[in-house]
Amino acid sequence: MDEVFKALADPTRRELLDRLRAENGQTLSELCSRLAMSRQAVTKHLAILVRANLVATVKQGREKLHYLNPVPIGEIYDRWIGKYERARVAALADLKRALEEKKE
Amino acid sequence: MTKPSLVYVNTIAAPPEKVWQALTDPAFTQRYWYGTRLESDWKVGSPITFVKPQGEPDTGKVLVADRPHKLAFSWHIAWGEMAKEKDSRVTFTIEPDGSGSKLTLVHDDFDEGSKAAEALKNGWPSILAGLQKTLEGGI
Repeated sequence: MDEVFKALADPTRRELLDRLRAENGQTLSELCSRLAMSRQAVTKHLAILVRANLVATVKQGREKLHYLNPVPIGEIYDRWIGKYERARVAALADLKRALEEKKE
Repeated sequence: MTKPSLVYVNTIAAPPEKVWQALTDPAFTQRYWYGTRLESDWKVGSPITFVKPQGEPDTGKVLVADRPHKLAFSWHIAWGEMAKEKDSRVTFTIEPDGSGSKLTLVHDDFDEGSKAAEALKNGWPSILAGLQKTLEGGI
């Protein structure tokens, strides 16, 4: 679990996860093309995300596709949010999202 | 070639053989797959029956059975609107990872705009987390 938190502690890596959530299965080139960062830096960040299991990769021909892997985040959720609190936690998160959207 | 739709990975503190068993033994699958028993002799070409606590069972066919490395099967969901969709394909790859295993799941070959793919976006992470808990916690 340490690796998951370390991986999530960096804004660039969270940005990469957001991009995969928006469009799953991107290649390294696709991910790089939309970031103002060197290919090497992106590769390094991706390696940390893969090691923490937050990103899964699949080879397709010569390409490597990257997928957001929510399984470790699910484990964190399961560990600290009780079965009966889930609906309330989700309701509060929805409320926050709705209120903050209106402000923008 | 289209991209696989759903890809998940999980590391499990159990050797590949145990993970294989957890995927193919109905008494095991029942504990983490929403109570579903996956019944088959797991030979290539054999049918699979997904016996659920209620309702008509889903059906499938074994496509790859390379114990304990790779298991692939087709899946036809018998429930509601999803029953009209074509069979999708599930592939589990099990690799040794230290003293445990790394389990990769690729689920693809869905219909365009498949409801099953949407539903399984929530289903798979929960099934995989349950599988891990079952193996590691010895539930």
